[in-house]
Amino acid sequence: MTETNTPNAPKRGVPLWAQITIWVVLAGLLALVGFGLKRSSNPMAEVGQTVPDFDLVFYEGYEHNGTAKMKLSDLRGKVVMVNIWASWCKPCEQEAPDLEDAWQLYKDEGDVVFVGVDYVDTPEGAFGYLKKFGITFPNAPDLQSNISSILNRQMGVPETYLIDREGVLRQIKIGPFASVAEIQSFIASAE
Amino acid sequence: MKQLLKNRTLRVTFYAFLLAALMLVTFTTVFAQDTTPTDDEVNAIAKQLYCPVCENTPLDVCPTEACHQWRELIRQQLAEGKTEEEIKQYFVDNYGARVLSEPPRTGLNWLVYILPPVLILAGAFILFRSFREWSKPKAVESGEGPEEEAGTSSDDEYIARLEQELKNRK
Repeated sequence: MTETNTPNAPKRGVPLWAQITIWVVLAGLLALVGFGLKRSSNPMAEVGQTVPDFDLVFYEGYEHNGTAKMKLSDLRGKVVMVNIWASWCKPCEQEAPDLEDAWQLYKDEGDVVFVGVDYVDTPEGAFGYLKKFGITFPNAPDLQSNISSILNRQMGVPETYLIDREGVLRQIKIGPFASVAEIQSFIASAE
Repeated sequence: MKQLLKNRTLRVTFYAFLLAALMLVTFTTVFAQDTTPTDDEVNAIAKQLYCPVCENTPLDVCPTEACHQWRELIRQQLAEGKTEEEIKQYFVDNYGARVLSEPPRTGLNWLVYILPPVLILAGAFILFRSFREWSKPKAVESGEGPEEEAGTSSDDEYIARLEQELKNRK
């Protein structure tokens, strides 16, 4: 009684060639995404390490040593304090007068350079802010958030980064300074 | 005659003033339209952009002071005669491509546009195959296990005998 039909069971599942194709496509896709992410990511600063170089194109009316455009590396040999701010940022307004007062103490020596970096702002708002607080140290817009990305901005604005004479990031201040004395103490830590 | 001439002069003067007033109103309206774009015109561009500092908030509905400044910037650029594309490019140049509500069709961004339809098509294909498998008659799938096989063969034998008996009775 075994002559009954024993049909061949139909092959189930995805064919081998399709499986190989799917895995190859997935692997290629992952490699492509990984490569793209690596290419698009900026180098980031870490405390105790040299800060990757970046360009500064100052706002109209601002300059440093007669130039309206410079690189961070041009300031090697000087202590650089980079302050990230925005005109829409209320805490930035708290520290703005103190920053300008502190700059007045250092600007003639030429040993310490203040640089303001305006984070995602409108030109009109920025100029209004700079005028309102009478800021005289050089200020530049943070185009495409490139500078704040390199400096590895931690929380928001304001944030201030202290870079020593060798171009090494020494300290980060998150939030506004409370006084000129605090700014002086901050700068002294890079000496 | 003198009175008639005087009336005529008055009438001409009146019409001249009326014409001048009409022209003034027309020019003022046109001028005002050219220089001050409406909120709708501003929002038509703002809704294609996202606030650069807030998370996932379109610029046209963002309530912050910063967003208000950016909307005013759009209004100012529209008044300067800039096109929608030029304004969007200005935002990309200054704040990065992340402000665009739709990623630009370049580089890896193409994956965003290509992958979803490809995955949907692949899913539809798999579903189609699965449904086809499921809808096949069970008889085709039977016979895999020895018990089923035995059961089926005995049933067939029984049916065959039954049919034969019925034929013989006719």
